[in-house]
Amino acid sequence: MSKDLKLEEPLGKVIVVTSGKGGVGKTTTSAAVGAELARRGHKTVVIDFDVGLRNLDMIMGCERRVVFDFINVIQGDAKLKQALIRDRRLETLSVLPTSQTRDKEALSREGVEKVLEELRQEFDYIICDSPAGIERGAQMAMYFADEAIVVTNPEVSSVRDSDRVLGLLNSLTKRAEQKGAEPVKAQVLITRHNKARIESGEMMPVEDVLEILAVPLLGIIPESAAVLRASNLGVPVVLDEPSAAATAYEDAVGRLIGEQIEMRIAADRRPGLLQRLFGRAV
Amino acid sequence: MFGFSLRPRKPSASTAKERLQILLAHERSGSGGASPDCLPQLQRDILEVIRRHMQIGDEAIDIRMERGDELSSLEINIEFPGKLGVN
Repeated sequence: MSKDLKLEEPLGKVIVVTSGKGGVGKTTTSAAVGAELARRGHKTVVIDFDVGLRNLDMIMGCERRVVFDFINVIQGDAKLKQALIRDRRLETLSVLPTSQTRDKEALSREGVEKVLEELRQEFDYIICDSPAGIERGAQMAMYFADEAIVVTNPEVSSVRDSDRVLGLLNSLTKRAEQKGAEPVKAQVLITRHNKARIESGEMMPVEDVLEILAVPLLGIIPESAAVLRASNLGVPVVLDEPSAAATAYEDAVGRLIGEQIEMRIAADRRPGLLQRLFGRAV
Repeated sequence: MFGFSLRPRKPSASTAKERLQILLAHERSGSGGASPDCLPQLQRDILEVIRRHMQIGDEAIDIRMERGDELSSLEINIEFPGKLGVN
């Protein structure tokens, strides 16, 4: 069904991955969600909005191929197609890196709008990886969004910041300002979920986080060694070897595009004695 | 399926270190003549030089870079119209 749709024209949906708090897994999520959408055949681009602290390129593994960036395109120094980096693993996946040297002032609302409009003509999904905080860069990343993935750890400061960001999505976005427009569809993605610590009462359970934030749950990503391994290698976690985190991201993406998938919390299998002794069986 | 490898895989952390060393060496040195800010100028200069000899559009140029450990490569592709508009 979606294949027929794509022949006509791209979906052009803008999704911001945001959180307020830093270090909760926004870039990991942007890379994993983007890669999974692309693997399902949707033309997808992931944009780094963290001007001055570019990291998406490292997580996606294309850091050696950056020539032009988002800011060059906004300032007219390069064409969009020159700055887009086509992924070498998936031809439906592209990355638009940001500048490592400029400051956040370089992001103008008009410039961002123009680039996003051009991307909407070509891509099904445009994933905006927001910087931490709620300043200009984060606001630019969310302003034109149709949907939002609010990445939250089950931890007090993260939940508080997510609540703040949900407020901004309802007030400081184009959809919030336009009369009659549907509000930005926001969903929470719980990351770094640690079942053992929740069971022992050290960590807030998912239901408590949802009760406080009062928005739908997109998925639960378990804390997993696979996430660190994937970032070490520069491979989105869904494209690396099978893991609980990868499965959880696959499920979350299924829900993101409207599939009914039961919420489940997978766990990584502990390596057996032989595997620990001899290294991994391949 | 049962093929156990006696040799442990290369740990991912050493790959991380290598990737960072390559990238940061470029960033700290101003990328050895290929700093992000010099590329738009380089592109304009190349277009200008070529236009002295033939007519090409702004979008006819495509610059790609691959940063390596020992050396980096810059690949520049220029598309000409079917007939070369040589002066």
